Amino acid sequence: MPHSSDDDLVARLQAGDQSAYAQLVEENAGKIYRLALRMMGNETDAEDVLQETFLSAFRSIDRFEARSSLSTWLYRIASNAALMRLRRKEPEQVSVDEPLERDDGEMIPRQFFDFCCLPEDDLLREEARAEMMHAVEELPATLRSVFVLRDIEGLSTEETAEALDLSISAVKSRLMRARLRLREQLSAYFSHGPLISEAG
Amino acid sequence: MSASDQPHEHNQDSCRRYLSSLSEYADGTLSAELCEELEAHMAICENCRIVVNTLTRTVSLYRQIPAPKMPSAVKERLYKVLHLEAYIPPGPDAPDQPGQ
Ligand SMILES: [Zn+2]
Repeated sequence: MPHSSDDDLVARLQAGDQSAYAQLVEENAGKIYRLALRMMGNETDAEDVLQETFLSAFRSIDRFEARSSLSTWLYRIASNAALMRLRRKEPEQVSVDEPLERDDGEMIPRQFFDFCCLPEDDLLREEARAEMMHAVEELPATLRSVFVLRDIEGLSTEETAEALDLSISAVKSRLMRARLRLREQLSAYFSHGPLISEAG
Repeated sequence: MSASDQPHEHNQDSCRRYLSSLSEYADGTLSAELCEELEAHMAICENCRIVVNTLTRTVSLYRQIPAPKMPSAVKERLYKVLHLEAYIPPGPDAPDQPGQ
């Protein structure tokens, strides 16, 4: 599907227009950095992934075919860069294979504490937010990438599939598994009630 | 055999069937047919009700977490690596405030 809003920029990029390169960076660096940070879990690696993404995008802009939007294309380069790095760091966790089937049991809910009605202020206070992001970092990278793009960055299922080179059903199934794991973690965390504010 | 008075043991066999539907249910993309089936089950299964509610809440909480901002130093280094120094935009906010 063509993305007409990108057409002009792509033409300028492919013509080697420096200001077009700057525009591409200006419009996308923030979200690529966020993805990289969520994937890598630390600022140093995130910055490396960020730089690598744009260097690689600049090198391959001639081959960009507008089958996806520029931003999805950048997400794709960045996710690949992040996964590659993670694979080097934690090879056993980042299998290229579809991590399905093997752990059906892992999805079965065990926590049934209903934290829905806790005050929003408690659910979103700093300590809770840190716990939430920590839980994301604990996800296997293949689930984490789907969750971050779909639920944190707000990409559609289709865009996420494109960015990660996955089928729609793989995105849905990984998203489900990521969400169930996170739900489990948050339920356990909130049920301990460390955050019920003392001062009303 | 009667299952009339289940203890508050989660009856995994019946609940497991719905597990893979919960995420799509939370997104509102589950087919009408499965939706009906799941809702009928939730009406009699508190655990599944809680899982659906907390799953939905989990997603909505993550969507509310403010996005981390890229530090301006990171941005500057990026522009330099890309040989785009001339285009470093004047930040919308004042340059880094030390301390604070
Ligand atoms: Zn149930």
